[in-house]
Amino acid sequence: MESKVAYENDLNLKATELRLGLPGTDYSEEQALFSARNNKRPLPDTNEKCGSKGCTDAPHAGNETAPSTKTQIVGWPPIRSYRKNNLQPKKTEPEAAGIYVKVSMDGAPYLRKIDLRIYKGYPELLQALENMFKFTIGEYSEREGYKGSEYVPTYEDKDGDWMLVGDVPWDMFMSSCKRLRIMKGSEARGLGCGI
Amino acid sequence: MSEDDDRSPPLDLRRADIAESSNKTRNCTGVSGSGGSVPGPGPSSMEFQAPYPDQVLENVLENVLQFLSSRRDRNAASLVCRSWWRVEALTRSDLFIGNCYSVSPRRATARFTRVRSVSIKGRPRFADFNLMPPDWGAHFAPWVTAMASAYPWLEKVYLKRMSVTYDDLALLAESFPSFKELVLVCCDGFGTSGLAVIASKCRQLKVLDLIESEVTDDEVDWIAFFPESGATCLESLIFDCVECPINFDALERLVARSPSLKKLRLNRFVSIGQLYLLMVRSPQLTHLGTGSFSATEGMAQGEQEPELFTAFAACRSLVCLSGFREILPDYLPDISPVCANLTSLNFSYAHINADQLKLVIFQCHKLQIFWVLDSICDEGLQAVASTCKDLRELRVFPFDAREDNEGPVSDLGLQAISEGCRKLQSILYFCQHMTNAAVIAMSRNCPDLEVFRLCIMGRHRPDRVTNEPMDEGFGAIVMNCKKLTRLAVSGLLTDRAFSYIGKYGKLVRTLSVAFAGDSDMGLKYVLEGCPRLQKLEIRDSPFGDAALRSGLHHYYNMRFLWMSSCRLFPQGCQEIARALPRLVVEVIRDDAIEHTDETVDILYMYRSLEGPRDDAPGFVTIMQ
Repeated sequence: MESKVAYENDLNLKATELRLGLPGTDYSEEQALFSARNNKRPLPDTNEKCGSKGCTDAPHAGNETAPSTKTQIVGWPPIRSYRKNNLQPKKTEPEAAGIYVKVSMDGAPYLRKIDLRIYKGYPELLQALENMFKFTIGEYSEREGYKGSEYVPTYEDKDGDWMLVGDVPWDMFMSSCKRLRIMKGSEARGLGCGI
Repeated sequence: MSEDDDRSPPLDLRRADIAESSNKTRNCTGVSGSGGSVPGPGPSSMEFQAPYPDQVLENVLENVLQFLSSRRDRNAASLVCRSWWRVEALTRSDLFIGNCYSVSPRRATARFTRVRSVSIKGRPRFADFNLMPPDWGAHFAPWVTAMASAYPWLEKVYLKRMSVTYDDLALLAESFPSFKELVLVCCDGFGTSGLAVIASKCRQLKVLDLIESEVTDDEVDWIAFFPESGATCLESLIFDCVECPINFDALERLVARSPSLKKLRLNRFVSIGQLYLLMVRSPQLTHLGTGSFSATEGMAQGEQEPELFTAFAACRSLVCLSGFREILPDYLPDISPVCANLTSLNFSYAHINADQLKLVIFQCHKLQIFWVLDSICDEGLQAVASTCKDLRELRVFPFDAREDNEGPVSDLGLQAISEGCRKLQSILYFCQHMTNAAVIAMSRNCPDLEVFRLCIMGRHRPDRVTNEPMDEGFGAIVMNCKKLTRLAVSGLLTDRAFSYIGKYGKLVRTLSVAFAGDSDMGLKYVLEGCPRLQKLEIRDSPFGDAALRSGLHHYYNMRFLWMSSCRLFPQGCQEIARALPRLVVEVIRDDAIEHTDETVDILYMYRSLEGPRDDAPGFVTIMQ
């Protein structure tokens, strides 16, 4: 398969090294191991490149893939260290765990985005919305919806219907809510009257 | 003083009085004060008090030559005769130094006295990949010192792979009152304090572009150093490589008072909410680097959700988009309003998959330049191929640059691109597996190819399907792509591949070789066969002293030769140095490599008018 290269100055394939870098592993530590091999160079510890960014272990961080059977060769593949250091593996954990929904309020210029998982129930959610948008939500009752305020929190569910926040159990709400909208005025009253 | 008039080229063509103009052109040689006079054939100012026929001719020549912009044309013109040499030197306003050690600052400034723009390149490219020990050289200092006295009217400096210090930048800011453009590509040695001094002192600054440079965090709020009041002249502000937080309020105010700003590339410390605020202030942008394109960490909960879609819709002139350093793919559809107009899109830091790419790429019909991560897979490349019929340049970077991964892109992606993007001129493609068939297909489908750089990340890896070397594929490229000037090879390659390159690669100027070839013949084929070869960089290939010898006839025509971890010995290198006195032959020792024999770690050689440099560090031996 591989042609007989006329010479060898390459790494010693027999002495392969299994190494999985755990998050937080000091990259320079890993590189120091490489220096014992032919043609390996540790990333210079005094190199500013390493210093200003901190010694990242970018190629190994958080990757639970199969261990390399070949050790890393210096400068191969030819990617600039800037690019290597700045392609952190994606922080997938927060996104996978969170349920992000957009929140808009009638009359407010900007949308907000929140992670529903952070709240344990409706009271916390509503309190957070009040703080975020600086308004007050009325008292909720199953029959009459929200009373005592011109703002009504609503949400769009998986079927595209607009529902009143609080009508369904919290867990069901978390799994079906696509986006939140705090309605104001007559539209709100229409919805608030328990359609 | 009459010298002031001489400081403003070009010559006033309305001037009918030839005698008057002749005095002025001659006086300019004294402008640089203590800088000295033009060496070589140069008349003293006493000779030209009255006009004479040759003088008339020279004035005419000057008026004509000032329109010559191509440096190759100028180089040719300067060889016609002394008169042309002299006049060309006077009218050259853009000075390009391809290798900072090939000529000294003194010699350059003495010959070219009216330069307004200087471009200098330093380190060899392989130094970018940690193949060269640090502090090798390429210092800007001697250049800026010489120019400070020689070119007080200097407007533009472009540096690539140079070491630039704070003092250099301070001197630059002090010395050139008309300074307008600073572009630093792959440079290092300075920090935010250097940026601050440029921002505060260069009042006419139009362009401050930092591209893939190392900028240390001196904890200086450099953005705040731009003059606080009044409109700025800024047209381009690129700092996406600056790895430290930025004072956003100051940046916002700066953008607000920069009505000419067309190019703005933010670093990853600018969140998407902040991006929105900046875009709203600068809908006239043509080039935008989006920064992180993500919500600020720690503020994700309840952070304002910007109406980014509207902001993009307002940027009707946007043609070039980049950034996406920490992209939250949810936001990707917000760029839709500009997709139809985009000619350049850089997703090379965006970890997106094929489906996410498809949300936007299907609208990018005008795209000519596309940089992307291989996370989009062959499927993503197929989407590109089906839509981007005008594509000229494609770069596919690896997300996980190791040798033993599956590799999300392969010959399938390359094949698809070759079939869909027939106008392709330049490609850089990282992959794990490749076939000769796909490469041959590209050589046939894309006849306009000028740059073909294929990096099969597994060293010595053969054709995925046939298990044969990749010789035929690269052979087809040099054979069929008649405009090819730059080539990078990889995979399992025998001497045969190099025989193809030597036989057909007649226009090749730059060649990069790694882990390839069987014997000296490989290098010989190339050195003997490629008359236009200027830059040759080779690593870990079995080429020795005999092969090196075979290039003696050509080395003076080259910008440089780099060979690392090959089969060269000091004697062989010394032989070259002795045979070619105008060549500087550097043998560089790399202490991190374990030495098992006498072979040279790194050979770096280049033509030079100056002989051995005096700033070589201890690990560099200059052969003589």
